[in-house]
Amino acid sequence: MGRLWLDALPQEPIVLATFVVVALGGVALVAALTYFKLWGYLWKEWFTSVDHKKIGIMYMVLGLVMFLRGFADAVMMRIQQSMAFNGNEGYLNAHHYDQIFTAHGVIMIFFVAMPFVTGLMNYIVPLQIGARDVSFPFLNNFSFWMTTAGAVLVMMSLFIGEFAQTGWLAYPPLSNLAYSPWVGVDYYIWSLQIAGVGTLLSGVNLIATIVKMRAPGMTMMRMPIFTWTSLCTNILIVAAFPVLTAVMTMLSVDRYLGFNFFSNDFGGSPMMYVNLIWIWGHPEVYILILPLFGVFSEVTATFCGKRLFGYSSMVYATLVITILSYLVWLHHFFTMGSGASVNSFFGITTMVISIPTGAKLFNWLFTMYRARIRYELPMMWTVAFMLTFTIGGMTGVLLAVPPADFVLHNSLFLIAHFHNVIIGGVLFGIFAAINYWWPKAFGFKLNQFWGKVSFWLWVPGFWVAFTPLYILGFMGVTRRMRVFDDPSIQIWFVIAAFGALMIAGGIGAMLVQFAVSIWKREELKDETGDPWHGRTLEWATSSPPPEYNFAFTPIVHDIDAWDDMKRCAVERPTSGYRPIHMPKGTGTGIILAGLSIALGFAMIWYIWWLAAVSFAGIIGYAIFHTFNYKRDYHIPVETVEATEAARTRQLAAAGA
Amino acid sequence: MTATTINQTHDLSQAQLQAAFYDLDEHDHPEGGSTMLGFWMYLMSDCLIFAMLFAAYGVLGGSLAAGPGPKDLFELPLVALNTAMLLFSSITYGFAMLAMEKGSKGATQIWLLVTAVFGIAFLSIELYEFYHLIHEGATPMRSGFLTAFFSLVGTHGLHVTFGLVWLFTLVVQVGRKGLIPANKRRLMCLSLFWHFLDVIWIGVFTFVYLMGML
Repeated sequence: MGRLWLDALPQEPIVLATFVVVALGGVALVAALTYFKLWGYLWKEWFTSVDHKKIGIMYMVLGLVMFLRGFADAVMMRIQQSMAFNGNEGYLNAHHYDQIFTAHGVIMIFFVAMPFVTGLMNYIVPLQIGARDVSFPFLNNFSFWMTTAGAVLVMMSLFIGEFAQTGWLAYPPLSNLAYSPWVGVDYYIWSLQIAGVGTLLSGVNLIATIVKMRAPGMTMMRMPIFTWTSLCTNILIVAAFPVLTAVMTMLSVDRYLGFNFFSNDFGGSPMMYVNLIWIWGHPEVYILILPLFGVFSEVTATFCGKRLFGYSSMVYATLVITILSYLVWLHHFFTMGSGASVNSFFGITTMVISIPTGAKLFNWLFTMYRARIRYELPMMWTVAFMLTFTIGGMTGVLLAVPPADFVLHNSLFLIAHFHNVIIGGVLFGIFAAINYWWPKAFGFKLNQFWGKVSFWLWVPGFWVAFTPLYILGFMGVTRRMRVFDDPSIQIWFVIAAFGALMIAGGIGAMLVQFAVSIWKREELKDETGDPWHGRTLEWATSSPPPEYNFAFTPIVHDIDAWDDMKRCAVERPTSGYRPIHMPKGTGTGIILAGLSIALGFAMIWYIWWLAAVSFAGIIGYAIFHTFNYKRDYHIPVETVEATEAARTRQLAAAGA
Repeated sequence: MTATTINQTHDLSQAQLQAAFYDLDEHDHPEGGSTMLGFWMYLMSDCLIFAMLFAAYGVLGGSLAAGPGPKDLFELPLVALNTAMLLFSSITYGFAMLAMEKGSKGATQIWLLVTAVFGIAFLSIELYEFYHLIHEGATPMRSGFLTAFFSLVGTHGLHVTFGLVWLFTLVVQVGRKGLIPANKRRLMCLSLFWHFLDVIWIGVFTFVYLMGML
């Protein structure tokens, strides 16, 4: 069994209690699914489905579940830091605390933000370009399950063994075998490697989809902005994630085989790791934010009831950001000492990136200028984003000045800055997107009251939680501290903890919002498929869309194709349907991902026989899958007719 | 539609409008229309992995840690022979593709197998070289230079190994199903992959072996 033995099970009371609760919850869930006989339904309709809409929803569920885990870590840190003064050690020992801050970062970036963003792109992009699915539907299912497999490994590390104690980027030499001898860093490596396969393949998939599968007439400069930002994000994914794969592999061979990529002696270079990982890491933050810029563009245009101001400047700004994001990585370690010229170069490129971003903000503002703005929830989140993100952007420009960075490097000012842009940008954008597209995905709107409760707890809560961190950063307090000597700064940590409590309320209100909306779905029902008076093609079909999305592929003549169709008063054709060619579901994705979990787990615990068996299983099953040539079927014309007739009745009832 | 055409739409009948806005006479799209683009993007991402390994070699190539350097270790005649094997395999893969275009199933399979023989020869010579180096004490654990060298060349070798597994799979699949469009697409993808590995090897040969001997 390699190095896996009983001492890998939780020893600390906190982890043990969590383990018991999670185990009981898991047993209850499995029992409920079995009792209600839902396994077959889940397997057939969801797990093995290659429908981009279902995969998109599964990504969102994964992101939400992991978000709760990541937030639990955040709350634990806030409580620890608010009490560990005056000789009080707090309630977390160093080994546990270091795992928590590492897991928080890893989970929030890789298993919350990435699934949310990928889920949105998966669901929306094919609909926006008038396609019936993505280019490689099976690959899409496989990508999802590989991402999930990575998340499963991270969750296993909570109860079997330990997670890394290195910080979320696992810099060597700390992450080398000499200083991190047990399984923590190996969990880190294998969960990122397995999830990385999924991310890369879904990037390839969505680029091919956007390039190849647009509806006739949709030229590049007629694509919705969300599709544009998705295209740029996926280009970044394909051009950045291989770097992460390579770096993680180098770290693995250092740890497993005693190679010398990043060792202190025998000619390795730890600083090479820092460079390489940030060559991935900086594009990564743009991978996260660009799709949300697209969301804000769609939301602003829709709720202002007019075409987005400066469409082409928005496209070019996105492209400029895409390119510049590769030229700034060194600003993450000005203090490495590369010299004044190198630091100046990267300082200037970093400041330059704020220009296209600023152009975007002005485009949104000018769209809102003299518009009849409808302040529905998505628009509220968009305004909150504009206010919050701008301040986060400005503190970022401040950090881009190398002399200022020498003072603020690795301080809580940095922590406040990147939470300011990631929460204020990515997370607020995801909330805007969920409120905006939920009716499309499920056919009913979200409850507005609980949405507003959540909004008003979240946005002020964010500022209460992170303004103290800016102040502490200016005082020179560094990140990742478990205990403090200076009692005068305790008050700031108490305020920050209160902010985290408000955010917890915001998250709770959001869960209530989902529950209430599902409960009262008949009252919130949307029959039209276009509840917000949308402008792009996803609103041209029913909510939720049929499996084939569009019975007839729309032809595009303008930006905002659906708005164009409404202005021209085109009626939906109701006869002359044809059978529709669609891809078939397959269980290969989930099977390969399951084998990957076994492989990762075996490598982490040095169980070599299991590693060999599962690796052979992966190769063998993949080859077996290629012998299946019948991967598609036709939806018979009768089914299409019946579905579309139901839609006609629904529209007539809605009076549209 | 633009502002000028909006006015004109009033004169159009619904049937004409529908024909303008919906593809009413759509046919099945041929399968695999995105495959070559998608595979090309995968190759470019793979190329980035090699770019990282080349970069690591550039950084660590001079870090000998008082161990042996390129001039002490490399034997150019052996490497030249190895390069020849890989280049020959690319030519024979080209012949396989020509046979595929002619629709000749047997010839395609034979040329694929010839390609495999050259590929196996390449791998065997590489393994011999590695064995020899390790036997002399020049292991990847010895220095930063050797770590980067073994990783770069070894990753290329692993790709060739993977290509061989894929090649044999395709020989069987062509045998079973013939040169159907799906198999032709797969052969095209493997062709891209195989030639891509050739290009990478030219880089390895030039930057690692030749420039190491300068």
